[in-house]
Amino acid sequence: MTGRRGEHVLAWVALASLAASAVMSLVVSPPDASQGQLVRLMYIHVPAAWLAYLAFGVVFVASIAYLTTKKTRWDRVAAASAEVGVLFTALAIVLGSLWGKPVWGTYWTWDPRLTTTAILLLIYVGYLAVRRLPDSPARRARWAAVVGIVGFADVPIVQLSVVWWRGLHQGATIRLLAKPTISPLMLAALLTGVAAFTITYVSLMTLRLRVGRLEDRARAEALSPRVGQPVETLLSEGAVGEVPARG
Amino acid sequence: MTLVRQTFLMARKDLRIEVRGRYAMGAALPFAGTLLIAFGLSLGPGRTLLQQAAPGLLWLAVLFSSVLSFRQAYQSEGEDGALEGLLLAPVDKAAVFLGKAVAVVLQLLVLEAIVILLVAALFGLSLGHQPAVLAGAFVLGTIGLGAVGSLFGVLNESPRARESVFPLLVLPLATPILVAGVKATSLVTVSQAAERGATSWLGLLVAFDLVFIAAGTLVFGYLLED
Repeated sequence: MTGRRGEHVLAWVALASLAASAVMSLVVSPPDASQGQLVRLMYIHVPAAWLAYLAFGVVFVASIAYLTTKKTRWDRVAAASAEVGVLFTALAIVLGSLWGKPVWGTYWTWDPRLTTTAILLLIYVGYLAVRRLPDSPARRARWAAVVGIVGFADVPIVQLSVVWWRGLHQGATIRLLAKPTISPLMLAALLTGVAAFTITYVSLMTLRLRVGRLEDRARAEALSPRVGQPVETLLSEGAVGEVPARG
Repeated sequence: MTLVRQTFLMARKDLRIEVRGRYAMGAALPFAGTLLIAFGLSLGPGRTLLQQAAPGLLWLAVLFSSVLSFRQAYQSEGEDGALEGLLLAPVDKAAVFLGKAVAVVLQLLVLEAIVILLVAALFGLSLGHQPAVLAGAFVLGTIGLGAVGSLFGVLNESPRARESVFPLLVLPLATPILVAGVKATSLVTVSQAAERGATSWLGLLVAFDLVFIAAGTLVFGYLLED
């Protein structure tokens, strides 16, 4: 419990970095040669999409860690990361649609990356739904971990199938950002956005993890045969998830 | 007892239940028929559109009705504490997964054979050009589907029984099967060209099958451990 202080500091850092990102993308970055002001959407769309993959990667790693160590902590990490990931995946899709309308002339196109992201969102909405199913915390953690692992392993195959579906053996789609030609200021704005979103992710994770710890503690206290005794011992043993209901 | 033998016994047990009761087929087959009729009605009597849409409709009917088969495969375990008995028996958990998958795959293949004939009759889908590729697509796709469904079918056995979670999870995971199956099917039925393309799709199905059989064998035990 290094505590609330660290969380507050982190939240302020996240807020400041988001503000810096807003300044970079709205003021410092020049308008794009072909897209004009619309390019500014990139500075939140790309970081949101990056967070989606980061968050689901964390779910994958934490799920494996949970199944191998059986520490409840890892289940809380996976749950927190999945929730944040679903939020940012949805954000990335909505922002992408808003960007697509003026640039491509349509809110949605069956581009491989868009389609994969939509399926990714559905898989992790399913993950969150599975978390609500079981009545025992230990079983919930195990089921969720299996979904977290298998779901992530599925993503490359989905991606491949959708790329082929558009046209067999066609190369990557039209890249909106050809990296070598991007101007340094735009690259700086983009990197600031990525950094700001990543810090925000960590901050949201710490908050969600605390909520998870409190939930587990409340459950442990309600179920504990030693009501009124410190529950920290149980928590540190990582046994909370396994406490059986004793009436 | 080896894993193969245990798997065989599990599959035989499930198939015997199905043959005697026809619980899954009794629900899945009429459902598939209903879907096909509904597809036909919603896309109108125009022959050309129906023929073009037929491969997709075929696979959609198979995917959706397979959900019923998986539900049944695990519901029978939920009754009379059968699953607890299975867990207490000295059987490898991987064999439970593989056996269930084999049993469901065999059931689905029967279902698919009937659905293919129905689609050929109702939508005028011609099957003649490359029957081997068509059969390969269905066998490979069904193996992958059987692996995903057998892995997550346990969710149907949850105490809260919110069964709607199962299709919500499995259908997005099965996207590659839908895409590859439909593409391979339409390549050999509608366009009759590009058999090289069709074999690429079969390769994708093989990759999907291997990933899900491996993943299922490795992690299935964690779903049952109580």
